[in-house]
Amino acid sequence: MFSYCADPSTLESFRWLSCYLTTGVHMSFYKSFLLVLALLAVTAPVALSFGFLGAMSARSHIAPVSWLGKGYIAIVRGVPDIAFFLFFVIALDQSFELIKHNVVCPDWTDPIRQGNDFLVCPQAKVPLGSSPEYVHQLYGFMLAVITFAIVFGAFAANVLFGGMRAVPHAQLETAEAYGMTRRQIFWRILVPQMWVYALPGLSNLWMVLIKATPLLFLLGIEDIVYWARELGGTKTSKFSAYPHPDWRMWYFLFLLVFYLSFTKVSEVVLERLMRRLNKGQATAGGEALRKEAAA
Amino acid sequence: MKKLILSTAALALTAGFALADTVRMGTEGAYPPYNFINDAGNLDGFEIVLGNELCKRAGLTCEWVKNDWDSIIPNLVSGNYDTIIAGMSITDERDEVIDFTQNYIPPAASAYAATSADADIMGGVVAAQTATIQAGYVAESGAALIEFATPEETVAAVRNGEADAVFADKDYLAPLVDESGGELVFAGDDVPLGGGVGMGLRESDTELKAKFNAAIDSMKADGTLNALIVEWFGPDAATY
Repeated sequence: MFSYCADPSTLESFRWLSCYLTTGVHMSFYKSFLLVLALLAVTAPVALSFGFLGAMSARSHIAPVSWLGKGYIAIVRGVPDIAFFLFFVIALDQSFELIKHNVVCPDWTDPIRQGNDFLVCPQAKVPLGSSPEYVHQLYGFMLAVITFAIVFGAFAANVLFGGMRAVPHAQLETAEAYGMTRRQIFWRILVPQMWVYALPGLSNLWMVLIKATPLLFLLGIEDIVYWARELGGTKTSKFSAYPHPDWRMWYFLFLLVFYLSFTKVSEVVLERLMRRLNKGQATAGGEALRKEAAA
Repeated sequence: MKKLILSTAALALTAGFALADTVRMGTEGAYPPYNFINDAGNLDGFEIVLGNELCKRAGLTCEWVKNDWDSIIPNLVSGNYDTIIAGMSITDERDEVIDFTQNYIPPAASAYAATSADADIMGGVVAAQTATIQAGYVAESGAALIEFATPEETVAAVRNGEADAVFADKDYLAPLVDESGGELVFAGDDVPLGGGVGMGLRESDTELKAKFNAAIDSMKADGTLNALIVEWFGPDAATY
């Protein structure tokens, strides 16, 4: 990075550190922070929409749809995250390949499972074996987003389902008395009012989601935990210009600070959002706001 | 039956053609000098240089993929990459699940490293990496085995006193012992283990295996493999 970095062993500590922290491998570490933020930015809305669909179908009047929604919530909520992550990603990947295999290679006669091997025709690989590395990484990232979204969607569905039920019944009855259809009641009366009841639960979920991002590491994605472990490990002078003993503790300490400040910022933002949603609502928070304004 | 075999062979051939453009090579990237990540953030090490040369000789385009050691075999088998080239010793247990090329590193010694040369390596607590031949050996030696996911953690366990000794490939431990300033020393005798290090492939990938075997043969024949081993493992390393 800097011109004086050519021979790090001769540098004094400050310059050494400035060189050390700007090596290519550290750049990968910094980039992985962006990766985690990107995952959160993509996953949160997707999970929320999964949750919304789940909650909507769970309270549906059509029995099979309602079973589907309730089943989704019950199954995903009941299975440990890690078990789900380990199982689901492999299952998802193989089912994609199996489906594509049946479409592109209908004449394939070999068994797909030969002993331990899972073998689809080469044209059905997802992504193709010949695709550049970034496609593979993007695909892995997409699998991670889907898995996170399904897991957190189930929790969000439960929260939203509760939020929908917490909207005062009188509101819905009044709407009915005005002659609104079921659909109109749902979109015009129920949905706008449910958020204030759902937000405490949702903000909780957001915090858990932030803390769950190191699970990415389980999915084979090189996230901040992977790089912290890799960079913190002992380096000998034979294979690195920056030999150092086991520094994992410092790297993990840095991660701790990162996560703590990230959740703190989220807390502040969510608090503001809650205040806004409470405005004019018939809730304790809304009442407090009214008193505040009157005083 | 005969027809089935024929059609399988035909398909294997066409599959070979289709795959010939890119071979994905899986490695761990955490086991110097075999494979590691260098200061620039790229994969480096004996096996990276070797793998690139083998691909060149076999006329293949290769691409490197990093994968955790724990899941390195399952991901090969499910087709996420096509070879494992990660300091993996050839053993009978592994051979039941995947196939190996001939070895490209002759059977090498494993060694114990500890904080003192008279550490209790036979009855004490010994650290080893999960799913390695060293872990299997420790489990049968009578010592209490503690396993870790990465080689780094096995050495850290000795440093912080959690384990009496670490058992690993001597080539991995040697630089760490040299630079520990006397904190770590080798304990006990070296133990020859395994059938050498080979490249792992899916059992169904016979054609790719033949190509790599031929490439390894040619590197053994013209002495480039020996030169490479000496370059990375030092003049005392076992060669062909």
